[in-house]
Amino acid sequence: MEALWLSVRLAGCVAAILLVVGMPLAYWLAQTKWRGKFLVESVVALPLVLPPTVLGFYLLVAMGANGPLGRLWTAWFHHTLAFTFLGLVAASVLYSLPFAVQPLAAAFEGVDARLLHAAAVLGAGRWRTFREIILPLSIRGVVTAVVLSFAHTLGEFGVVLMVGGNIPGVTRTVSIDIYDHVQSLDYGAANRMAVALLLISFAVLSTIYALNRRVWSLWLAK
Amino acid sequence: MVAVAGEMTASSLEARVRFARRANGHLAFELNLEIRIGPGITILFGPSGAGKSTLLDCIAGLLKARDARITLGQSVLQDSAAGIFLPPQARHIAYLFQSPALFPHLTVEENTGFGLRHLAEVERKAAVFYLLEVFRVAHLGPRKPGEISGGEAQRVALARALAPSPRAVLLDEPLKGLDAELRSSIVDDLRAWNRANQLPILYVAHQRDEVDALGARVIAIDRGRVVSEGIPHAVLDAPRTKRLAHAAGFENHLTAAVLELRETDGVMRARLAGSETELELPLGYAAVGDRVRVAIRAGDILLATQKPVALSARNVLEGTIDSLEIRGATVVCRVSAGAMFVVHVTPGALRSLEIATGKRVWMVIKTHSCQLVEE
Repeated sequence: MEALWLSVRLAGCVAAILLVVGMPLAYWLAQTKWRGKFLVESVVALPLVLPPTVLGFYLLVAMGANGPLGRLWTAWFHHTLAFTFLGLVAASVLYSLPFAVQPLAAAFEGVDARLLHAAAVLGAGRWRTFREIILPLSIRGVVTAVVLSFAHTLGEFGVVLMVGGNIPGVTRTVSIDIYDHVQSLDYGAANRMAVALLLISFAVLSTIYALNRRVWSLWLAK
Repeated sequence: MVAVAGEMTASSLEARVRFARRANGHLAFELNLEIRIGPGITILFGPSGAGKSTLLDCIAGLLKARDARITLGQSVLQDSAAGIFLPPQARHIAYLFQSPALFPHLTVEENTGFGLRHLAEVERKAAVFYLLEVFRVAHLGPRKPGEISGGEAQRVALARALAPSPRAVLLDEPLKGLDAELRSSIVDDLRAWNRANQLPILYVAHQRDEVDALGARVIAIDRGRVVSEGIPHAVLDAPRTKRLAHAAGFENHLTAAVLELRETDGVMRARLAGSETELELPLGYAAVGDRVRVAIRAGDILLATQKPVALSARNVLEGTIDSLEIRGATVVCRVSAGAMFVVHVTPGALRSLEIATGKRVWMVIKTHSCQLVEE
């Protein structure tokens, strides 16, 4: 149960951070006319195609006691970033980035440009237009981004194994726990964990998708 | 220099705009014109692709023309020579698009009050109610845009655009798709509102009937340039280009070769391309042998089933009816007389003259119904 709670906590933190970080990034991607935009899009999408071990490996090197990030961190906090909960959060944020940014950017881009022009000639600046027009009309994309980044982090394995190791209560998430039980041929325990993860994932997804439909129909009557 | 909101003196909008759009390295479109609009409605007329919307976007600040000077009364909205470009938020110009573009998640009241955030709640409500009342949609206040009709949505969009006390109004074919009656009632309400405000209003139209209904000053543009300006009759009854003539409702476009100039009578004779048919045309800038383009409105041609005599009209062309097509209260006749002519008659005339396909007819065309147009 400790592993399960840890996974939920990790997924919650990651989803929250990604919402805050992903929104400005997605807004920028949706609005910019910069020619090099595709480069940023490619970097954001990299975790979709790279094996988690690649990202995990470089993160481990960077966060390790001799890595640039790790050295800074150690200087300030007197312990390494790797093999800690925070290190795990940082790695997961990077790994789940496309799952937050892509639905957000798609939703922002989907808002009719005429509405943005109308808001501008009515005197609304960028921030007010974003808050009062773009965001409410993109609520579906926001919900999707949160759900996907939460669910994706919950089921993550490779990056966690590389960066977090296997410390009970600190970095041993559900997926690692299941793997351990299978390795030690404890199929009963593995099954209990797997069923719990399956049920939680399903419950989260179905609750939010159902809510999403309701939210949508409330915003846009008919 | 900053625009002052709510300035009460009637001011005029002046714009000199050069704007080029390139596609694949080629100059795809160039807007290069200068206009001046005083208080009241001025119609911007022209065929699609003439640059009407581009001009409006530049005036509103949604597009930044590289070379432009746009002023509204005393305030400079853009002066590229001086490096001044006010963003749309600071221009205090109302802009109504072809679609109402109401915010779908806000009610009619919230939409109308969107540009009034600087006002206190009570004042805002009063202003919103007043404008919704002016445009006869106050009863729709709590509804969402999805729950009202297209005509109502345009009325709300007008109220929303005018609520922040703009200093000029741009309307880009705002009533497209609405029927004529609804359209003129909305325009009447706009006029009534502007009687007290005396703002310059630039109204884009590309339908002839819309221009006639508005009956104000017209600026005709084509291919990014001002072609002519003046009162509607002067501008639209003498269109200067073929595309403009088409937009102004001239159905017949003919090419003719000039045979003879009669300067003393102010006319010239020309022969239609590919035939022996001759026409008398108003004198234009042409020499004998030049090819000229002639536009004639289908409704300006008379049909007779016997050769008419003793007429003041100088052109009587013999031909045969090629086809007939009934469109509502108009019968569209195609008459073959060297070239193919389109002639509009009423169904009653069709019956009493017993006009049918293949019948021999004479077309009567006054010299000054023939408009010389440029390519």
